[in-house]
Amino acid sequence: MGSNSSSMNNIPNAEQLVQETGFSAAHILRLYERFQFLDKDDTGQLRPEDFGAVRELAMNPIGDRIISAFFSPGQETLDFASFVRVLAHFRPADSNRTRDGAQPEPANSSMGKLKFAFQLYDQDRDGKISRAELLQVLRAMLGMQVTEEQLQSIAERAIQEADFDQDDAISFDEFRKSLEKVNIDHKMSIRFLS
Amino acid sequence: MAALWTLSVLLSACLLWPVCLALTPPAELPQPHNLPPLLGFNSSDGSPSVDLPMALRVFSVDYHHVQAPFEIVLWIMLASLAKLGFHWSGRVPAVFPESCLLIMVGLLVGGVIYGVRHSAPPTLSADAFFLFLLPPIVLDAGYFLPGKLFFENLGTILWYAVLGTLWNVLGIGLSLYGVCLLAQSSLGDVSLLHCLLFGSLIAAVDPVAVLSVFQEMHVNEQLHILVFGESLLNDAVTVVLYKLFESFLRLPSVSGLDVLLGGCRVVVVGLGGLFVGLFFGLLAALTSRFTSRAQVIAPLFVFLYSYLSYLTSEMLHLSGIMAIVTCAVTMKQYVEANVSERSNTSIQYFLKMWSSVSETLIFIFLGVSTIQDVHMWSWPFVCSTLLLCLAWRATGVLLLTAVVNKLRRNTVTFRDQFIIAYGGLRGAICFSLVFLIDDFPKKRLFITTTIVVILFTVFVQGMTIKPLVELLDVKRKKRALPTVSEEIHSRLIDHLLAGIEDVVGYWGQHYWKDRFEQFNRKYLRRFLIREDHQAPSSILRVYQELERREQRRDEEAPPIEDPRSHSRPLLPEEMDSIRRILSRNLQNFNKKQTPAYSRHTLHQDTTMDKTRKPLYRHHSLGERYKYNTITHWPQGEDGEFNGSHRVRAGLCRSHTVCAVGPRPVLQDSSVPAASAQRGPADPKSAATKEDQVFPQNQAPVGGEAPKKQLSFVLENEKQP
Repeated sequence: MGSNSSSMNNIPNAEQLVQETGFSAAHILRLYERFQFLDKDDTGQLRPEDFGAVRELAMNPIGDRIISAFFSPGQETLDFASFVRVLAHFRPADSNRTRDGAQPEPANSSMGKLKFAFQLYDQDRDGKISRAELLQVLRAMLGMQVTEEQLQSIAERAIQEADFDQDDAISFDEFRKSLEKVNIDHKMSIRFLS
Repeated sequence: MAALWTLSVLLSACLLWPVCLALTPPAELPQPHNLPPLLGFNSSDGSPSVDLPMALRVFSVDYHHVQAPFEIVLWIMLASLAKLGFHWSGRVPAVFPESCLLIMVGLLVGGVIYGVRHSAPPTLSADAFFLFLLPPIVLDAGYFLPGKLFFENLGTILWYAVLGTLWNVLGIGLSLYGVCLLAQSSLGDVSLLHCLLFGSLIAAVDPVAVLSVFQEMHVNEQLHILVFGESLLNDAVTVVLYKLFESFLRLPSVSGLDVLLGGCRVVVVGLGGLFVGLFFGLLAALTSRFTSRAQVIAPLFVFLYSYLSYLTSEMLHLSGIMAIVTCAVTMKQYVEANVSERSNTSIQYFLKMWSSVSETLIFIFLGVSTIQDVHMWSWPFVCSTLLLCLAWRATGVLLLTAVVNKLRRNTVTFRDQFIIAYGGLRGAICFSLVFLIDDFPKKRLFITTTIVVILFTVFVQGMTIKPLVELLDVKRKKRALPTVSEEIHSRLIDHLLAGIEDVVGYWGQHYWKDRFEQFNRKYLRRFLIREDHQAPSSILRVYQELERREQRRDEEAPPIEDPRSHSRPLLPEEMDSIRRILSRNLQNFNKKQTPAYSRHTLHQDTTMDKTRKPLYRHHSLGERYKYNTITHWPQGEDGEFNGSHRVRAGLCRSHTVCAVGPRPVLQDSSVPAASAQRGPADPKSAATKEDQVFPQNQAPVGGEAPKKQLSFVLENEKQP
């Protein structure tokens, strides 16, 4: 690590990334080093298999969903800019940013974070978490310990609590509402200490 | 039940009667003095002094010959009987922690001895404590330390241990000096250095007492490791400060340079202990590699090397506790890979046994030593010490946590903080240290105060911590019950963040971990682990562990019987059971409510029924060939493995094959491979369901389910 170039010049579109994501230059640099570490065959692009180098992800119940969340639908490869953009969601939210309506929602606001989490459930991107999708996630997380009936009743209960428009699925707004008591910004941030 | 218990106490007291009679005030436990005894056991020539002619003796008693080991055995017997009685005594354990009861037994026995002989009973000598009683406990704790969790929280633990102890020591010392200044009449001759010395020994949280109390309280793993880790690591700070102030007391004057040197000493002591432990741990690992032909003595090496590391660091005035813990942690994975299954079990059982006996003895002796002639009482000193201990610990914990929470993702909640602060029990280490102080006029006062503080913390805090915590929990629960969806989504987010942290490499923490694992794999394991045990044993172990856990789950968790219709609103008890399932099963890193450590049982303690699933194992064995790397995080539990994809897929496939078999009703076919399958494998249907094996690539989400279950299962195994 660190044997490759350690200057910002080698990183494509570095300044633009800094602007867009709010990461500092030092952060971008470290993320680039990490990207290069994962990119074993030096193609400048990551593939899903490259994430296999991260061993703990294999044991994460939703590891595969996390990996596929990095890749846009249909894409097989990931370049550095997209990598950083995804990770920008997990920056602690800036409290002092003034918000005007014209600016697009920053990725690391609570809304952006929630959207990211929502997409982990909603694999078919239809904007709703269907019962089947919820069951898949529950099954992944609860694993072997729970019978099918218990899973069904847990999923049932979750949908009952959240579903206000009675369409037997959880929309993004319902998802957000069910998490209103949770401090999303604190929970979904990584302190990128430099 | 209570009768049985009192019976055992009486029995022990009776057993001690001849001991008392034969004894005269001995100072040390292992070396009682030989002074002329009372009654009739003449020691000089070993024959009874009843006036018999000097002819052939048909029957003679020679107590003196066996006196030392006899007494030791009697004390241990007393301790063990008391412990037995405690466990048989019905409802008492629910109210009193074991340590309290043991101290009370000690008090009783001490009172009996005092009443009989009208002089002080044998006290716990500092040497006996530090050299014989403390090492087994710390070794046991170190051997069963959950390594991954410990290292993840290491920063916080060090923060509490070093800074927290410093805060407490200085605070208590200085405030006590203030009290002494205020009460000039009675406490005028206690100098600042004495107060600081006293502060240094009274401020330290004691691992023995903490363990014994947390035992009965089910705290989550993270909290347990925080308190326990702190109590282990603050030994370095405590010992250094204590010795520092002691040497300052002997010096004519103290300069700033001395203070600076003292600071360096902390580092040297801590790191020195660490290196001594590492050295002996690696030696032990290497030795265990060659024990295949003499398996019976393999456990002995574990104990010998650990004890050697402790003694060596004590000899060099380094931190013995740190040495022995490091030794245990280092050698564990290699020893477990090298020695046979039975030797492993022996090691674990012996550790538990010795630490149990040690702990019991310590508490009993604490009780016995309380009965003494040497008490000196001073109301202001004692009361202010008690109050200051509590106050400084509370403020220290609050302040430190406020800072450390900003840097952690899993915050230390208020409940946790309360437990950390209130659970800071003092124990026998303080007691022994206070006896080691050089004599000065107010030494007796210090001894008395120490005893009072120890008794107070163990009794009052030990007994009330559980109800108080439950009160806090109740209050918290009343305020806001999280809904089921909130719980599910929160857990999902926890997993997500853990995954993202892994991807990012969390700024070097995982980088070093990865580097160490590479180093471990390339050099250490090859050198320290027997050739034929290197690759297969880990998977074999993983598999055995899997089977064991599954069997245990089969026996433990009752399935829910009735299927539900989809749209019926759920009853409160169903809601409760759902919540219980969620809190128990959902992979929740920081809030798991399982007992983290148990002095009395081993967690992998199920008998493996080898006949039950033969085909299961054969199938799984067949699939295991095509992977190559299994790495271990150095102190990881058996079930943890970080394999390549092929490994998981290989294992997963066999698991899927067997798991699919005997499920009575395969509900919806859209849910492949029965996520909730728990039953044993049915040999016949296992063979026929080969076609339900899933492709092993990443993309389809459905195919991921079994893989994730397996990895999840293994993940679960990691956490005892």
